[in-house]
Amino acid sequence: MAFEYAPAPESRSIVNIKPSYGLFINGTFVDAKSGFKTVNPATEEVLAEVAEASKADVDNAVKAARAAFPKWTKVGGRERAKYLFRIARIIQERSRELAVLESLDNGKPIRESRDVDVPLVAAHFFYYAGWADKLSYAGFGPNPKPLGVAAQVIPWNFPLLMLAWKIAPALACGNTVVLKPAETTPLTALLFAEICQQAELPAGVVNIVTGAGPTGAALVEHPDVDKVAFTGSTEVGRIIAKAVAGTRKKVTLELGGKAANIIFDDAALDQAVEGIVNGIFFNQGHVCCAGSRLLVQESVYDEVLTRLKRRMSTLRLGDPLDKNTDIGAINSAEQLARIKELSQVGEREGAQAWSPPCELPRNGFWFAPTIFTGVSQAHRIAREEIFGPVLSILTFRTPAEAVEKANNTPYGLSAGVWSEKGSRILAIADQLRAGVVWANTFNKFDPTSPFGGYKESGYGREGGRHGLEAYLATR
Amino acid sequence: MPRVKVRKTYKLFIGGAFPRSESGRTFEVDGHNAALASRKDARDAVKAARAAFGKWSGATAYNRGQILYRTAEMLEARRSEFPAEQVDDAVDRLVWYAGWADKLAQVVGSANPVAAPYFNISSPEPTGVVAIVAPQSFLGLVSVIAPVIVTGNTCVVISSSLESIVFAEVLATSDLPGGVVNILTGHASEVAPWLATHDDVNGLDLTGVDGAELATSLERQAGETLKRVLRPSDPKWTDDPGTGRMTAFLETKTVWHPKGV
Repeated sequence: MAFEYAPAPESRSIVNIKPSYGLFINGTFVDAKSGFKTVNPATEEVLAEVAEASKADVDNAVKAARAAFPKWTKVGGRERAKYLFRIARIIQERSRELAVLESLDNGKPIRESRDVDVPLVAAHFFYYAGWADKLSYAGFGPNPKPLGVAAQVIPWNFPLLMLAWKIAPALACGNTVVLKPAETTPLTALLFAEICQQAELPAGVVNIVTGAGPTGAALVEHPDVDKVAFTGSTEVGRIIAKAVAGTRKKVTLELGGKAANIIFDDAALDQAVEGIVNGIFFNQGHVCCAGSRLLVQESVYDEVLTRLKRRMSTLRLGDPLDKNTDIGAINSAEQLARIKELSQVGEREGAQAWSPPCELPRNGFWFAPTIFTGVSQAHRIAREEIFGPVLSILTFRTPAEAVEKANNTPYGLSAGVWSEKGSRILAIADQLRAGVVWANTFNKFDPTSPFGGYKESGYGREGGRHGLEAYLATR
Repeated sequence: MPRVKVRKTYKLFIGGAFPRSESGRTFEVDGHNAALASRKDARDAVKAARAAFGKWSGATAYNRGQILYRTAEMLEARRSEFPAEQVDDAVDRLVWYAGWADKLAQVVGSANPVAAPYFNISSPEPTGVVAIVAPQSFLGLVSVIAPVIVTGNTCVVISSSLESIVFAEVLATSDLPGGVVNILTGHASEVAPWLATHDDVNGLDLTGVDGAELATSLERQAGETLKRVLRPSDPKWTDDPGTGRMTAFLETKTVWHPKGV
């Protein structure tokens, strides 16, 4: 049963959204010829008009980054570090503003933007700030060199966090950047541009170009970029991998996933159920490492399902700005359509859907938390990334079968394993072909902890000492 | 009458065996007929490499190091069959990489000080099956194979040199499990595209590719399945190789576990 709560909305008055935004090039905001609107996915209210960068605009941004590069290198590690520390501090100081804006533009619950996204953003800048003057000790040889201009394209699921993952290590290593935020979530990146101004970061070191696919393509394909970093779909990742073939560009790709979350019969079941819920319903399931394939040992299947359904019935879906909200809005009409389509395919292919009683708001884009039982490995909902609050449940009998099923995917970003037996945890973790393995936990992130995939989930790591390699000339 | 010499038939090296090319074709190298590998041979080699991956990647690092060292011993013993000016360096290169087997994880792995009560450790793991277009020189050949397999990958090597198959005889007598290294003699332009587009190949080393056009085309083909690609280069093989050829085909796995009583 669900408890009744009085609404507890976070005030949006802390954010001053401008009617329109230009592109951030060479330290100032400049107008573009055309623009597009960004909406609040929870209400479909238009938040602002945002500039759409053309090929010429992208070229200007790359030129600004190129011109700033030698100066930024010359600034030296110690001084670069202090700029990054400044940025980290301003993010902490303006954290509530960033959190509210993120929830407005993305649809994620304020509890997540306030307690997860924004603190991790500040921590990420803080972490890489400290590396800027210590690169000689990072294991990439004495005095490793930056690459030059980095072209960075990020997704809409963690707009500001993905910006931090891209910009912090790039700047620490002495590169300059041109970053394109996602079409549906540009606002926190533009607020970050203001933070760069406030930090008096030298002009041209960070450039932000807003736009959709063509803007991203123009950036990635620009002949004067030395580095391409992309987080997004595997489909676009393939296009980028092909586009950079035969160039000097160093590439890191953080792509899709279809993570297995494995529950053994000796797991602490209540904790495991919390992990299942966190694994798939965190951020509405808009998480590349979401635990979207639940593998439950047959002997505890009924028990896990009962407890999971009970727990799902207490999830609160609604206003992202309400502090009690667990599940916010789906980020866009387009994404909602994809989730609906794959869910329908799931039912058509013979799996059974279940959702708790859940009233969806009238306006905006919403999808109730959903689980599918009776799923086979061949079903599309067990193979394709849904990127929504939809869980496919499968079973297994032996550890070997669990590993076999978990690895039976072209993806390899993350995996979960739940058991109270230490030796089993370590043996299974060894056999899972995934870049992050969460054992008796799920969806944990930290700036010191490398993140990235195996197989078609992409290559390169972000975070930790490993994350520096993407932005240094190492071979 | 002088004794008639018994000649050697040069075949392919797949899954620990020495089959002829299924295509029945050969090409002439230095006056000998070498097997000319085909698409089918390439696919058989990938199958053998994939089959060998589980056991080889799961072997202890100490064991892999021992086996790599054994290849150095075998090469030393058969040094007369290889180019005199390169064989010393090739033996030493194998010894050098053998020693990396149980050290690289300590150099490129890490224990990560996360800001919460969790055990968090990052370790390197092999990428999987790696296709290698080998450079012409013998030292180059050894220098591209050793770093790929010492970390637990298995590989399919395309070479146009006869020495590559003689080297296969060294590998075959070194306790290296069959399928860890597979060697196809033939033309990169013919065979490499089948490997670049193969869904079960995880990495592509283009070091020995001759010509920017072929290299770009192979890298583009590899993009479809997001293979890890090492672009062509022409290093001085006697230089210190560094760790780059090993790390190019390594993944980093990070494992989290809560701490609590």
